[in-house]
Amino acid sequence: MAIVIGKVTRVLGPVVHAIANAKVQMLEFVEVGTERLIGEVVRLHGNQIIIQVYEDTTGLTPGVEVYGSGMPLSVELGPGLIGTIYDGVQRPLTEIKKVSDQYIHRGIKAPALDRNKKWSFEPVVSPGTIVNSGQIIGTVKETVSITQKILVPPNISGKVISIAPPGEYRIEDKICVIENGQVRRTLSLFQRWPVRQPRPIKNRLSTSQPIITGQRVIDTLFPIAKGGTVAIPGGFGTGKTMVEHQIAKWSDADVVVYIGCGERGNEMTDVLTEFPQLIDPRTGQPLMERTVLIANTSNMPVAAREASIYTGITIAEYFRDMGYHVAVMADSTSRWAEALRELSGRMEEMPAEEGFPAYLPTRLAEFYERAGYFETLNQENGSVTIVGAISPPGGDFSEPVTQHTKRFVRNFLALDRDLANARHYPAISWLDSYSDYVEMVTAWWQEKADPDWAELRQEMLDLLQKEAKLQQVVKLVGADVLPESQRLILEVCTLFKNVFLQQSAYDQIDTYSTVQKQAKMLRIIVSFYRISADVLRHGATLYKVKRTKTFRAIKNMKYEISNDEIDKLDQILANMTQELASLSRPNF
Amino acid sequence: MSQIKKINEMNKYDQAELLKYREYIGIQEVAGPLICIENIHNVGYNELVEIRDERGEPRIGQVLEANQSAAVIQVFEGTTGLSLTGTAVRFHGAPLRIPVTQEMLGRIFDGLGRPIDGGPEPLTNEFWDANGESINPTARTYPTTFIQTGISAIDGMNTLVNGQKLPLFSGPGLSHDRLTAQIVRQAKIVGREVSFAIVFAAMGIKHDIAQYFIDNFRDAGVLENVVMFLSLADAPSVERLITPRSALTMAEYLAFHENMQVLVVMTDMTNYCEALREISIARGEIPSRKSYPGYLYSDLASLYERAGMVDNSTGSITQVPILSMPNDDISHPIPDLTGYITEGQIVLDRELFQQGIYPPIALLPSLSRLMKDGIGEGLTRADHAHLASQLFAAYARVKEVRALASVIGEEELSAVDHSYLKFGLAMENKFIAQKETDDRSIYETLDLGWKMLSLLPREELQRITEEEAQQYHHYQNENE
Ligand SMILES: Nc1ncnc2c1ncn2[C@@H]1O[C@H](COP(=O)(O)OP(=O)(O)OP(=O)(O)O)[C@@H](O)[C@H]1O
Ligand SMILES: [Mg+2]
Repeated sequence: MAIVIGKVTRVLGPVVHAIANAKVQMLEFVEVGTERLIGEVVRLHGNQIIIQVYEDTTGLTPGVEVYGSGMPLSVELGPGLIGTIYDGVQRPLTEIKKVSDQYIHRGIKAPALDRNKKWSFEPVVSPGTIVNSGQIIGTVKETVSITQKILVPPNISGKVISIAPPGEYRIEDKICVIENGQVRRTLSLFQRWPVRQPRPIKNRLSTSQPIITGQRVIDTLFPIAKGGTVAIPGGFGTGKTMVEHQIAKWSDADVVVYIGCGERGNEMTDVLTEFPQLIDPRTGQPLMERTVLIANTSNMPVAAREASIYTGITIAEYFRDMGYHVAVMADSTSRWAEALRELSGRMEEMPAEEGFPAYLPTRLAEFYERAGYFETLNQENGSVTIVGAISPPGGDFSEPVTQHTKRFVRNFLALDRDLANARHYPAISWLDSYSDYVEMVTAWWQEKADPDWAELRQEMLDLLQKEAKLQQVVKLVGADVLPESQRLILEVCTLFKNVFLQQSAYDQIDTYSTVQKQAKMLRIIVSFYRISADVLRHGATLYKVKRTKTFRAIKNMKYEISNDEIDKLDQILANMTQELASLSRPNF
Repeated sequence: MSQIKKINEMNKYDQAELLKYREYIGIQEVAGPLICIENIHNVGYNELVEIRDERGEPRIGQVLEANQSAAVIQVFEGTTGLSLTGTAVRFHGAPLRIPVTQEMLGRIFDGLGRPIDGGPEPLTNEFWDANGESINPTARTYPTTFIQTGISAIDGMNTLVNGQKLPLFSGPGLSHDRLTAQIVRQAKIVGREVSFAIVFAAMGIKHDIAQYFIDNFRDAGVLENVVMFLSLADAPSVERLITPRSALTMAEYLAFHENMQVLVVMTDMTNYCEALREISIARGEIPSRKSYPGYLYSDLASLYERAGMVDNSTGSITQVPILSMPNDDISHPIPDLTGYITEGQIVLDRELFQQGIYPPIALLPSLSRLMKDGIGEGLTRADHAHLASQLFAAYARVKEVRALASVIGEEELSAVDHSYLKFGLAMENKFIAQKETDDRSIYETLDLGWKMLSLLPREELQRITEEEAQQYHHYQNENE
């Protein structure tokens, strides 16, 4: 990148103005000044250009040169992504540390993918094969759990002229030549793709599979579909990051892309220290072996924060194109929106609501639109699920980012301040949250876990609604005046909240529940309600019901019964009928 | 002698920098704390500027906007007395650097790192960029060492961890200064002989409060371990913008260069934010909530994120910023954005304060996010997590019962609800409340917590295990 395309005229923090003296493209990737700070052209007007710079511009002086690249801001996609931590513009932070120690200095260049590492490549096509865009030409086993499929880049197709034999290759080595008419293209193990442009797919499909997170309140009450869109709004400290971490850890996605967008450095360090040690229950391999991290923390340059979610989602799409189910965690989309606002403000654009640019909703829609369940160009099924945290100012959901996001997501996990204060985690409100995916995943649950799943779930939700109404009464007159049948509802709901909904991320056993455990726990609590209601009608008292062994067993089941001891849950169910029935026997 | 000259003398080796050192006379505009100068060349964004008024008195500023032939500069000492024709401006070609050395311990400086205690300028070759740099997350060490403050509401329920950023959310008149002083006096790492170095940054607070801290540090015999950066209420408000940065630069030097455990107290962050708003309004920026700039979050993060530990040093920076919540409103942008950046918060409560409870810590809205990794077996005690969680749950219930009692009257409450009332009072008067000289060990705190829970029947306690109940829970119904 040595072509000078202009000169800087004005420096306003991350926004730099320049006069162009050569051809410049919108969204072109550029370098600025003697330190070659990296940036992107975000506006063209006559020969004036505006660049957003991804590094700290301290010391940048008007008059210095701008260097063009002729291509848009892109990411490198290929072996070496998994287990790596990048900043918002895909600079590998571990490599940067080798050069600049604990601080991220400006102007450091390091390739996103290791140029020297050798990967063992297995071709799956032979000379003469006709290949299309997105088709697989070979594989590289990147980790035990993830095999990278080496794809023909989009917009390239033709006849394979040559293909490398099985063996060890560096990512820049030429492994395949494709001919199309007069044009020959050489492919290596990696490709580049502009981050702001969705990677092409064959078809958008409807989805019927849930993504299982192991978090009971999510999977059972507000399920997420593979390829779904989820927003988690909540004030500070209500547990957004913990939910994102829990999903990143325990969900049954093949690949997880975790984007720390404008949040704390220590949270990324936490992931970096914890994930290599945690074992993925599905593969038996360390969780890090399916994870890609993007960290553009709150103290890192704001323009790179804006780019970080695009970098993340593009990497996710690349794995999707291989037929994987990918989950993208974005914490927090509000910080991204604020970066947008800050850059927009410095470009002196007309602000809309609360200073956000008028194009905020469009950008949000474009981002969430990149989620979905797809048929890939290679005719496989792959999905991208997006789980975005939202940090509303003052915890008030009526602000623009929450409101607009709500229009584009189908699962809304509202975090509640009072629950968080009482340390009821995850503080997902059962009254304000919703999921549009329930019907789609019902068949799956009924087949895999419990044929009455939908009915049991609905009954529990109805009880929670009733309880909310009863609580209004209780606030005015106390619970003692209610009839036993209604007090039973209060008791069962308390039980459900404490035992089922509340789930400690720090407890070895409780941190993750299989679908079987979730479905059994649900059945146990609903059955407990049904049978108790019945015995109360037949002369038993709530006092006695609460003193049963069953009641105590239900209270302790989440901690005491692990995921592979489902038979113990069956035991509770079996004992329950008997024990409770004995209460209604008239005792004379 | 001017600090600036000194900085430049120290940097003689930096030829490129000296070449950029240029002086101009006359400015085009003064607006609030900002000046605008035209017909200049090669001015860099953020670079340090020295400004002299007609009498030759120096001030320090920073470039906020660099144009081809003009620059906007914020003047930290304010613009009072500057004239358009008589003002001289020198550009230094580098951002503001402050001197750092261990010898600064025990000394007092202004917000820009110039001595104000009558002592000499610190002798050192180290001048560090006050703005700092972003720490690479891969170079951080996750903090897990418990700091015992001797205060039950903190140690037991919102545990402070070495390297954490844990602010105090307070209100005008609440006991935050006393509490901070107590934390500073009592903070210790159990089982390790560590004395904390203390870096104290004061922004816009009154002389008597600064004096209170100085006296307190002296009485506790720690003054020799304290560096103070004071920009008090009568100093120009823009100076507050650099004060915490100077302090944190010092802290980084002590922690990451000298491997010391550093406790940074910054008070009052609200005054800092107001200075930021002043600059933003003077620049005509599009305001965000309550006319604070949209970048308030990023700006605060550039301070708070300078806490923590890094893997090539054994030192640490623990931050205890203090802020007063305007109108006691926790949803005000200043506490709100702070809470979004820091690793929890200790919230002080006016109602408890009015009941004479010291420290008036509101348990429910307070939080320590690093607590989970700093407590438990081998760190504090195995039962700590469950005990704290149960105390939170029960205390949350107290609030509901009190609300109910105020509607139907206490007499109408059920027996269980009565025990909650008793528990609530005991929590506030025995657990939260303690003397300023009361330095409780973590075991005392935990045992006290169990004593509180013993006021509630076992069935009510759903967050503790059977064994814990056996060992620690001794329900006392009748005997109180
Ligand atoms: N499932 C959980 N189990 C146990 N503790 C939890 C759980 N969820 C949240 N917490 C507690 O709540 C604290 C705050 O959670 P978290 O950091 O996720 O909040 P947040 O909403 O991301 O806040 P912010 O917006 O400030 O980043 C955690 O440090 C932890 O103590
Ligand atoms: Mg968070």
